[in-house]
Amino acid sequence: MKRLLGTLSLLTLFLAACAASSQVLPSETEAAASPAVRTLTVMTHDSFSASEAVIAAFEQANQVNLVFLKSGDAGAALNKAILSKDAPLADVFYGVDNTFLSRALAAGVFEAYNAPLLADVPIEFKLDPQNRALPVDFGDVCLNYDKAWFDGKKMPGPASLDDLLKPEYRGLLVVENPATSSPGLAFLLATIQKYGDPGYLEYWRALKANDVVVVDGWETAYYTNFSASSGRGPQPLVVSYATSPAAEFIFAPSPLADAPTASMLQGCFRQVEFVGILKGSPNRALAEKFIDFMLSRAFQEDMPLQMFVYPVNPQAALPADFARFARLAPNPASLPVDEISANREKWLAAWTEVVLH
Amino acid sequence: MKLRLLPAVLFLGIFFFLPLGRILALSLAPLSQLDAALFSRLADVLRFTFFQAAASSLLTVLFGLPLAFLFARVDFPLKPFLRTLTAIPFMLPTVVVAAAFNALLGPRGWFNLALMSALGLSQPPIIFLGTLGAILAAHVFYNATIVIRLVGNAWANLDPRLGQAARSLGASPASVFWQVTLPLLRPALLAATLLVFLFDFTSYGVILLLGGPKFSTIEVEIALQALQMLNLPAAALLSLIQLLCTLTFSVLYTRSLSRLAAPLKPVPQTPRRAQTRLERLLVASLVCVLLMFYALPLLALPLRSISRLEAQRGQRTASGPALTLEYYTELFINRRGSIFYIPPATAARNSLAYAGLTVACSLLLGFPAAQALARPGRLEKWLDPLLLLPLGASAVTLGLGYLLTFNRPLVPFLVPGRGLALSFLASPLIVPLAHTTIALPFVIRSLQAALATIPPRYREAAAVLGASPWQVWWQVDWKILSRALVSAGAFAFTVSLGEFGAASLLARPEYPTLPTAIFRFLSQPGGMNYGQALAMATILMTITGLAIGLIEKERVAGEF
Repeated sequence: MKRLLGTLSLLTLFLAACAASSQVLPSETEAAASPAVRTLTVMTHDSFSASEAVIAAFEQANQVNLVFLKSGDAGAALNKAILSKDAPLADVFYGVDNTFLSRALAAGVFEAYNAPLLADVPIEFKLDPQNRALPVDFGDVCLNYDKAWFDGKKMPGPASLDDLLKPEYRGLLVVENPATSSPGLAFLLATIQKYGDPGYLEYWRALKANDVVVVDGWETAYYTNFSASSGRGPQPLVVSYATSPAAEFIFAPSPLADAPTASMLQGCFRQVEFVGILKGSPNRALAEKFIDFMLSRAFQEDMPLQMFVYPVNPQAALPADFARFARLAPNPASLPVDEISANREKWLAAWTEVVLH
Repeated sequence: MKLRLLPAVLFLGIFFFLPLGRILALSLAPLSQLDAALFSRLADVLRFTFFQAAASSLLTVLFGLPLAFLFARVDFPLKPFLRTLTAIPFMLPTVVVAAAFNALLGPRGWFNLALMSALGLSQPPIIFLGTLGAILAAHVFYNATIVIRLVGNAWANLDPRLGQAARSLGASPASVFWQVTLPLLRPALLAATLLVFLFDFTSYGVILLLGGPKFSTIEVEIALQALQMLNLPAAALLSLIQLLCTLTFSVLYTRSLSRLAAPLKPVPQTPRRAQTRLERLLVASLVCVLLMFYALPLLALPLRSISRLEAQRGQRTASGPALTLEYYTELFINRRGSIFYIPPATAARNSLAYAGLTVACSLLLGFPAAQALARPGRLEKWLDPLLLLPLGASAVTLGLGYLLTFNRPLVPFLVPGRGLALSFLASPLIVPLAHTTIALPFVIRSLQAALATIPPRYREAAAVLGASPWQVWWQVDWKILSRALVSAGAFAFTVSLGEFGAASLLARPEYPTLPTAIFRFLSQPGGMNYGQALAMATILMTITGLAIGLIEKERVAGEF
């Protein structure tokens, strides 16, 4: 009997804990704020960041409490949004890029919103004519090179994708696996744009013959393999972003006169990131206000130093250090979103076969 | 069913089988859409998964066994420190371990730099990263502690008179080991091997970060299909295969365990110092191996976190980096005014709170369950392997299952119409609960192995002499089990602190943990970010090292 009682009390305790956890915590936040304060949940990827002051200003102006739900990298976050579309976890989703856009639109996770500020946004970024996904920021995935390394060898950095096949660049390049990394995929798409399908496979065969190093993701490529990062790796060429040199300058432990890295502005791929209102959001009006806020100058001018991306709002001014070292490619690759979506798996499988096997 | 098993079964039912079932049911429906290319790759992936897991566990056992003996039977200098050292890798995020191995054995690591300058080479002689060797070494580095603890505990409780008797009857030390010691250690050895094998079998981060894209295990393939290709049917099929494999191993394990000999009287004994010169030499060399294998990579991290390397750009192989504490001081400054800035103390507090809750939950649920399983009826025998399944479940799949299951109130009629605001997923408690599902099989398994060594007549004798069930438990079970309980608790603690598995898919930004903070720094370029990531990793290492050291000290103090 004692044993039974013990078990039962344990069970009750446990269930009570479950019940408590699902009820007490949200109501705590409700109690803390005045009853007029509502909550707006924003689902996003792990790289999302913003300034406290900018977010606080929006919260105060709209009597809202913003909750950010970071849900993994761009692919994982979108997959979670799609998976939970019948009972959405959030009101707004930010961070789907042009390589995943078709997937998001086909899954029907977004509601259209014709934000007034879209009028100012250049047409090249508005990839969804129905405005279910609204552009927020963009940036180019480009090769970065270690300036000191090439200076030391009295050798110029590569100027084009073709240069990478030359014997003097043998074994100098590290790229990310496009199947597991978003900059890796962007670089693969840049080669597909330049050499066509199936020409890109020929290019990668040659790149493999020239000892290209492939790693799983950006963190490994940049911090383990790239020679200009603190990891001091063996390769002076890495696939990263054209804004990375600005981050290297800004996050240097001791003040630098110049950025230690630079981008090669040929063979780049332009990534555009979008925001959308999740279908079924009970806070539609607030969600619209948040999107207006994301497109406004306050947020757009905050983005460059928080996420190292360019604002789509042409009126937003760039911070000085960012403007000095970040770059945009003059003619970046940008394949149609439908073409990317239709061929993505085929291209990845073919690439894997050629480069990894 | 024994009632003691009920809480654990219910818990795993709600927090493991329910979410897993939901995601599998959803994903397997359109299974017919799978293409043939996937199936052709599947054979390769399966073969490699088995191969690397078998090789890694064999190496781990071979490496861990002498160390288990060392810690169980021999007294030597620095013992508590070294014992703690072996547990640290278990809770470090893979990114951090990869960074440590890189600082040591990478192309610009200490070894290569030293060899290059000593032998006048222009290329690094050791190619470690991106090889099968790196995968195996990392698996041993991570998991040897399981063997050291599980087998070491059993060894420490082994009656030395059995071996002495065999020796006096003329057996050589080798045949004593093979014919007396090893058979007696078999339950613990089997349990340890199984746990190690399951961890290697479902390995993800090590394969990706140290093996590189050339290697793929089932878990890597699941993450690829589920998160990048958004191909849920394929991911579900792979998860199912992985689960079935796990189930098979668990059944095999339970079978072989039940065929083992009757429990023996445990005789805890004081470890002795090495006496002869040979013994001293052996102990000294084992301690050296231990230091080399654990201390070198683990020291590489704190060392990097206080060296400034940026100062000598352009002449990178030059020696003598400047020492600096600025990565640490910078941790306390929200330089960019980000809303996601994480003060180190907050991250540490959250990590420790999650870990504490995980220990409490998993011991509370695991102890009664292990007791029920130690003297199983028919139903318990059937349930036993099922309780191990969380160890073999794909973390990615489980995480997605959580999303589907707990994004609305568990009992909808209690809170009608509140929807989003009241979802269970929004509660920070979901994190320690997810950690508990992973830690529970561990706790149950290691306690079960210890319980099997208690002869039932101890309890019977105590009961006959008039002890209440509580007194029996306190005087018999607790006295013998305290060691195993502390080990089990330490495991649960490290599982939670290292946040592997499903938890990484459930991170709550309002309650950031140390691993979250490390990842946040590593996601942007810049020397300051890398330095701060290493500083944060060093803090994680120090805190967990201290916590484990304390737990183990408590154990020693309570024992005698």
